[in-house]
Amino acid sequence: MSYIGSSVKRVEDKRFITGQGRYTDDIVLPQMTYACMVRSPHAHAEIVSVDIAHAEKMDGVVKIFTGKDTDAAGIGGVPCGWQVDFKNGDTMKEPPHPLLVSDKARHVGDAIAMVIADTYAQAKDAAEMVTVEYNVLPAVTNSKVARADGAPQVHADVPNNLAFDWELGNPRAEVDAAIAGAHHVTTLEFINQRVICNAIEPRSAIGHFDTAYDKYTLYTSTQNPHLIRLLLCAFVLGLPEHKVRVVGPDVGGGFGSKIFHYTEEALVVWGSNQIKRPIKWTAERSESFVTDAAGRDHITTAKMAFDKDGNILALSADTLANMGAYLSTFAPAVPTWLHGTLLQGLYTTPLINVSIDAVFTNTTAVDAYRGAGRPEATYLLERLMDTAALEMGRDPAELRLQNFIEPFDGVEEEGYVTQVALQYDSGNYGPVLKRGLEMVGYEQFRADQKAAEGTGKLLGIGFSTYIEACGIAPSAVVGALGARAGLFESAQVQVHPTGKVSVFSGSHSHGQGHETSFAQVVADKMGIPMEDVEIIHGDSDAVAFGMGTYGSRSLAVGGSAIVKSIEKVLEKGAKIAAHLLEASVDDLDYAEGKWTVRGTDKSVGFGDVSLTAYVPHNYPEGLEPGLDFSSFYDPANFTYPFGCHICIVEIDKETGVVKVKRFIAVDDVGNVINPMIVDGQIHGGLAQGIGQAFCEGAVYDESGQLVNGTYMDYVMPRADDLPSFEIDRTVTPCPHNPLGVKGAGEAGTIGSTPAVVNAVMDALKGYGIHDVEMPVTSQKVWNIIHG
Amino acid sequence: MVPSKFAYHKPTTLKEAIDLLSTHGDDSKILSGGHSLVPVLKLRLNDPEHIIDVSGVASMGGIKDNEKSITIGANSTHAEIANNAALKEHAPMIAIAASMIGDIQVRNFGTIGGSIAHADPAADWPAVLLAADANVVISGANGNRTVDIDQFFKGLFMTAVGEEEIITAISIPKSAFNKNSTYVKFAQPASRFALVGCAVAVANADGYVTEARVAFNGVSATPFRDGNVEKSLKGSVLNGDAIATATASVADGVSIMSDHFAAENYRKHMAGVYARKALSALA
Repeated sequence: MSYIGSSVKRVEDKRFITGQGRYTDDIVLPQMTYACMVRSPHAHAEIVSVDIAHAEKMDGVVKIFTGKDTDAAGIGGVPCGWQVDFKNGDTMKEPPHPLLVSDKARHVGDAIAMVIADTYAQAKDAAEMVTVEYNVLPAVTNSKVARADGAPQVHADVPNNLAFDWELGNPRAEVDAAIAGAHHVTTLEFINQRVICNAIEPRSAIGHFDTAYDKYTLYTSTQNPHLIRLLLCAFVLGLPEHKVRVVGPDVGGGFGSKIFHYTEEALVVWGSNQIKRPIKWTAERSESFVTDAAGRDHITTAKMAFDKDGNILALSADTLANMGAYLSTFAPAVPTWLHGTLLQGLYTTPLINVSIDAVFTNTTAVDAYRGAGRPEATYLLERLMDTAALEMGRDPAELRLQNFIEPFDGVEEEGYVTQVALQYDSGNYGPVLKRGLEMVGYEQFRADQKAAEGTGKLLGIGFSTYIEACGIAPSAVVGALGARAGLFESAQVQVHPTGKVSVFSGSHSHGQGHETSFAQVVADKMGIPMEDVEIIHGDSDAVAFGMGTYGSRSLAVGGSAIVKSIEKVLEKGAKIAAHLLEASVDDLDYAEGKWTVRGTDKSVGFGDVSLTAYVPHNYPEGLEPGLDFSSFYDPANFTYPFGCHICIVEIDKETGVVKVKRFIAVDDVGNVINPMIVDGQIHGGLAQGIGQAFCEGAVYDESGQLVNGTYMDYVMPRADDLPSFEIDRTVTPCPHNPLGVKGAGEAGTIGSTPAVVNAVMDALKGYGIHDVEMPVTSQKVWNIIHG
Repeated sequence: MVPSKFAYHKPTTLKEAIDLLSTHGDDSKILSGGHSLVPVLKLRLNDPEHIIDVSGVASMGGIKDNEKSITIGANSTHAEIANNAALKEHAPMIAIAASMIGDIQVRNFGTIGGSIAHADPAADWPAVLLAADANVVISGANGNRTVDIDQFFKGLFMTAVGEEEIITAISIPKSAFNKNSTYVKFAQPASRFALVGCAVAVANADGYVTEARVAFNGVSATPFRDGNVEKSLKGSVLNGDAIATATASVADGVSIMSDHFAAENYRKHMAGVYARKALSALA
């Protein structure tokens, strides 16, 4: 059978659904201690004193570390992994992000002390008895307010809280001139609100210094163990990399928030050597809310200019991007290279300029969150498109079709070069929208919408046609853009003497189903049963190197590295087979797990060749024994999935309650290995994107407290909030990777949010409003209808 | 999320439980299903030294179908109540409200006694118990006393239960109004507690309303009956016009809660909408 393209059930699910998944918090080491952090309850406060005298003497307490200890040890804090320069060429402001703060707390949840005890309950009790005297300062949580003169200063040496400014595209003057002379200009000011990641497994880390081997092990709930090791060793603790092992065991969801190197990881590693015992820290849910890097948080003004026929002439965008209190690992890249570069969208816009101010505030750091920059870009473009259509009296679907880039396959036709630094790989955008219109029954909907007029219900339809840059990324390109790491991937394919195969991947699953999709690829390419393939990932001692999982890169980059290694295995295998068959390599065909001499029935199986490689008695002269290859794959370009999302909402006029009646998604993610897994990724992404539109959003009060920091108040989307999704695909293969895949992890989130808000706006078009702020609650809609 | 250290007691009789309460006083808390208390303990909003688990006190369990009333033991879970045939027949709003609380797991563990003792103003029980003219049986060292539900809820998380007392049962009269009753809820989208919960119970004779009881939770810090609505309905034929007239100014003069889900004006409006929904279901 062919595994590629079939909906094989996920092999990892057996352990997950029977409660046998092994997460960091499940790991118990001999002599292990437990840490509880003392965290600032204030968003902005000088730390006058920290008194641990009483807490230190409490039952079970092993040690308490404060910022004084980490300062004395010369630990500078966790670094930022991406440098963005100011428009004037100056390096971005990168204030230290200490493991434990000793001078000032800059957001609620900033850690002040780590209390270590024999049990977690003891650590928690003692943490409550650490007395911290604060001098509470005025706090700022909103990036616009933070930029104003006289606003609270998050870092003394960062004037006006500006981490950096940045621009991309055509010269602003040219863009502004085109806008000034245009037939029609659509202007929108809007907020892409802060959302909290809420992975079901809270972050957890165990640091273990093994005195026998002088070796550290960090178990951590992470999306990229090797990168954590690199940052931890080279930038934070100055440890020799070969003496540090980082293991990311089963990980219960990340959505970006577990890409980054967090202070707690470094603390438990450092602390374990101080006390010579392992230290486990696991976030409580309330801690996750205030310490996991959050997503989005943009305030934007954007203008799109059109000629009299509805052709787009120019786009300008000015965004304030909230960075939070510190620059998290990839934070500077998100509003810039992952956002500004996507503002071409699917359209032929000839002039684009985007300008970003990245701003410090007294809030938890913001970084990549499912889609990372691309949902914000899509929201910007797609809200503009529907608004422009409404203003110009055009049909929003037609306006898009008119402005789409013509099809190109990236092989015969060149990739499309944008105004904002990218070259799209392959694209055919009309069909996704046309298929979406077919599925929704567009004409019928408009008739239904008209028929609903005068009833108590309002119907609305919203569109979103998006593109994303995935398969992150060519190392040389991202290096030029400020990344302090390469973004290749590695894979080792180890064939055992019995013909079974272990694959070591630097990619890391936190729910995506690598153990299934990757095994499908390996089994198909090698012609062996899937049961004979084991995918191993997440352990830096087992896997040579890896860059982890984010940016919908696992299959496109990690999968390609596996294919490269398989090719090497089969090439060598053919030499052994040729020897055994007494034939020339050129006369052999490999299919269904055996080499056959073309035109004969002489063949030798993969298992026999594997055994021969390890028992090389009858063996080609000069060939090394063994069948085991590693590869590093550095992609030639990003991949560019795209799609069309259409949402239909019904609003109850009396209550303002909005129901998503239908949601149609036609996505093109290139070739598909496992349709069921891709469908699952799309479904989950849609729920998350629709969740941002209707449910989620951090709410801060004046003093900088997160008002909705529990599940009693923070609204997560639930199954009964959502309709049954109607999804379909077109397939435009990626021309530059061996699997032709583009990545499917973020598509749902990127496309869906603006479709929902556009649908609400369409339903409310009689009420003379330009925007409705997310999350679109029934209260807000009711205010519009009855305001 | 671990609570502070506490001593755990599991009495099997009411007397034992009351003795423990008398001994430990305000250093103790009663535990039954744990769905109000345990989150409070885990968030360390309260750190009692003694937990008295009354879930093993048999006399506090079960639902009894008496001649003139139905007695719901305080340990009855929401699920037991939702599925009780006598309640479904004689006071459907009680079973309906129970079926809307939390999710299956919460309903299987959480108890009516625990919920009303906690007295969250957005919980579902207050409105239906007010509309039902329920009585709460409270036991202490000096025996039992019965508190009219109108006198039970004293404010945000405050009740008429004394420090050394335990809620042992809730009694629902078998009345004409309870037989014709329902409960509707506009749920807070995160917690699914009530932003507006409205319970209505209406007795009719010869086609006219003889008694109407209309109660709300979620709207104000203290659950309340709306006397204006009730008065307006009395003597009318329960139809669209009468309902519209009666609900034109729901919650007038009441101090209304406000949060980022529902500001005061919207909550008040929704109280009217949900009162109309509930009453229309009985029309």
